[in-house]
Amino acid sequence: MLSIKLVPRPQPSKSMVYLSPLLAIGLMLVFGLIVFMFLGQNPVTAFHAFFIEPVNDLYGLGELLIKASPLALIALGLAVGFRANIWNIGAEGQLILGTIAAGGVALWFYESDSVFVLPLMFIAGALGGMAWAAIPAFLRTRFNTNEILVSLMLVYVAGMVLSWLIHGPWRDPDGFGFPQSRMFSDSALLPLIIEGTRAHAGIFITLLALIVTTIFFRWGLLAFQMRVAGLAPKAAGYAGFNSQYTVWIGLLAGGAAAGLAGASEAAGPFGQLDMAASVTGYGFAAIIVAFVGRLHPVGILFASLLMALLYLGGESAQVNLALPSAVSKVFQGLLLFFLLATDVLIHFRLQFGSSNAAARKAGAL
Amino acid sequence: MTQAHSTQAHPPQAHPRLELRNISKYYPTIIANKAVSLSVMPGEIHAVLGENGAGKSTLMKAVYGVIKPEEGEIFWDGVAVNISSPAQARKLGIGMVFQHFSLFDTLTVVQNISLAMDSKQDMGQLAQRISEVSARYGLPLNPHRLVHDLSVGERQRVEIVRCLLQQPRLLIMDEPTSVLTPQAVNKLFATLRRLADEGCSILYISHKLDEIRALCHKATVLRMGQVTGVTDPRQETSKSLAEMMIGKELPVCDHPPAQHIGSERLVVTQLSRAADDQFGTSLKAIDLRVRGGEILGIAGVSGNGQQELLSALSGEKPSEQPQDIQLNGTAAGRLNPAQRRQLGLRFIPEERLGRGAVPEMSLAHNALLTGHSQGMRRWGGFIDYRKMRAFSKACIDKFNVKCSGPEAEAKSLSGGNVQKYIVGREIMLKPEILIVAQPTWGVDVGAASFIRQTLVDLRDEGVALLVVSEELDELFEICDRIAVMSEGRLSAAKPIRATNLEEIGLLMGGEMHTDSTPLAQEVA
Repeated sequence: MLSIKLVPRPQPSKSMVYLSPLLAIGLMLVFGLIVFMFLGQNPVTAFHAFFIEPVNDLYGLGELLIKASPLALIALGLAVGFRANIWNIGAEGQLILGTIAAGGVALWFYESDSVFVLPLMFIAGALGGMAWAAIPAFLRTRFNTNEILVSLMLVYVAGMVLSWLIHGPWRDPDGFGFPQSRMFSDSALLPLIIEGTRAHAGIFITLLALIVTTIFFRWGLLAFQMRVAGLAPKAAGYAGFNSQYTVWIGLLAGGAAAGLAGASEAAGPFGQLDMAASVTGYGFAAIIVAFVGRLHPVGILFASLLMALLYLGGESAQVNLALPSAVSKVFQGLLLFFLLATDVLIHFRLQFGSSNAAARKAGAL
Repeated sequence: MTQAHSTQAHPPQAHPRLELRNISKYYPTIIANKAVSLSVMPGEIHAVLGENGAGKSTLMKAVYGVIKPEEGEIFWDGVAVNISSPAQARKLGIGMVFQHFSLFDTLTVVQNISLAMDSKQDMGQLAQRISEVSARYGLPLNPHRLVHDLSVGERQRVEIVRCLLQQPRLLIMDEPTSVLTPQAVNKLFATLRRLADEGCSILYISHKLDEIRALCHKATVLRMGQVTGVTDPRQETSKSLAEMMIGKELPVCDHPPAQHIGSERLVVTQLSRAADDQFGTSLKAIDLRVRGGEILGIAGVSGNGQQELLSALSGEKPSEQPQDIQLNGTAAGRLNPAQRRQLGLRFIPEERLGRGAVPEMSLAHNALLTGHSQGMRRWGGFIDYRKMRAFSKACIDKFNVKCSGPEAEAKSLSGGNVQKYIVGREIMLKPEILIVAQPTWGVDVGAASFIRQTLVDLRDEGVALLVVSEELDELFEICDRIAVMSEGRLSAAKPIRATNLEEIGLLMGGEMHTDSTPLAQEVA
């Protein structure tokens, strides 16, 4: 009999920090295929339908981009807080507030064809997301509440607000009573950037965020101070870094990113306000993206592409294999689950030993 | 069970109580013990002497069954044994009092002791036995008091009594005096001598030469995991023991009287502060003044308010009144640590990793921790990596920090080297007032004397220094004036040349009366 033991490493493995997500992806694929087999599918066809089919044409690649873009954007914003141990779990709600704020601008300037409508929508979206994130920040700094719970619960409040608006004041008067707003006018829609796809200019915002966060994490003194607060709160206190400031920045950065992603969705694929904004799940999936990407901008970029592929694969499996779309959620779950498991290997290594040796040790007792 | 039957046949004196032969223990990066041999006779007090990191604790853990050595044999009363767990060690008759106590604050003495017993105990009987044993060995202890009400010295008594209840034949004491006043040390020694007279062997781990010469019959000296000498410490001088321990002469700090006393830089007036929690100590009307060019030392047994005073002075816990702390003439009571740094204050805390430095960050980034406002940034909020690394490199070179370079993670360094780096960093940031807590705690003798000399040199450059330390010898070596902290109060400072160890020890033990008297009656 073989026994497997976890043995602490003398120091954390640097290479495992980067290998662990790859290992998790590998395990996710293996177990995903086993799930397909249990569902009565040929694993090869299923694999093809899930991971190849969605992206074997230009349109598919465009879809990949427009899904990866908000995921990466939100994950970058969340990483600012996560690096400082500020756990904003409510990006989903901040995204919804972003769509509401941006959509509100679009509807207010419905008649306008000014070029300022779009920028205004994005500013409003960012402010909307930040306003929603400010609630857990205020409550934590003022009353020492737990930002995980508060930000998470606000997700459901945000969904209710959206629902009320599109059932009530903002409902399309010509929409036969459907719970949705009017379609935005062209001045409130993002231009497409690749012919033959739905890829829109919102991607540039994500690219900009990528550059800004890369510089911020590498050279920003504030990012350093926030990282100290996350790694060693007492050292931050000793150095005189303001911990409340860290909480505010950490939450507001995630809120702004999620709000921008929401605005980008409203002015891009949605083109109107309806409940779609509250069912994308981008805000939650971005948490996985941030961790698979090791809270590093480049890692987040790759992780967002993978996560986007899981979204597309789920839709494709639904169409081609008649599987429930929840399959993509299963893959997301597997990925996070295996990542958390393989992260143990950063601090521990596996030791394989025969049960004989173990028995000898036991005998010595 | 590997315990022998043959021992009964021989009289116990025929064999050493404990004999270690060629014990080796390897860790991934270091050799902790290499072919260490040692033998302890019944009733012998045997010192294991060595610097921090010499392998003393590892060796004792092997004897107590906490770790398993890779090579070597252990003989108990002349019979080879395999000690695989502390429970087994206790069964053999080995007891150990650790340097860091493992007591639950919210439980009573008797509850704590019952938890540590290998078999289930009747509480009433156990309390009775605790009273008996503590009375017999002069270790007054009320079994029904809560542990958090006890002083550190009393907590140590709990651990000793816990061991004595098992009627040990070998008692291991790991650095027992580091938390005691000089008077309490004498009491402890009386207890240990009495135990030895009754035939119990004692392994006494320490790096304090005077204590070993006063107490021990025999000493095994370790350096870098190997035995460098076995001797009768009563026949040796501190100098000769030190040479065995560190391989060279004990460096002595050069401390002439202060020459240029300047103006008052740090003034604390009637500083009072309620404790944060029930286990903390309240500060009561503390007054102190430190002038440029002098070192004021604060002595005291730990837990008497030193932590609270230090965090009030550093600004980590600012106060309500701006006037109660003045730095260079500016009321600073309400300022945070960064603002106080602007006024010339630098602070070296006793917790190096996690407070004075971020363990997971490089030394270069750790320079940024307190140095960011002094030339390591540009355009307001951006890190100047070139300047940061240059500073870090200079600090490593100047203070002889042993590491792989500025990119080394702080936690990869030994405690002494982290301390040298932090001391170096704060000194290179040009202090006008420097507060240092436990400057040489856990630092080897060579580095300790270097740090002390650095502090004295800094004084001669006109810096005002406040040093808080539990090591009285250290304070007497470097301070110009000394005050004592006891139960949140600070005594008036006395010139060091007008006082002595005895007087300061008595002040430190100010709480000793409340310690022992009430329970001595209840013991019956």
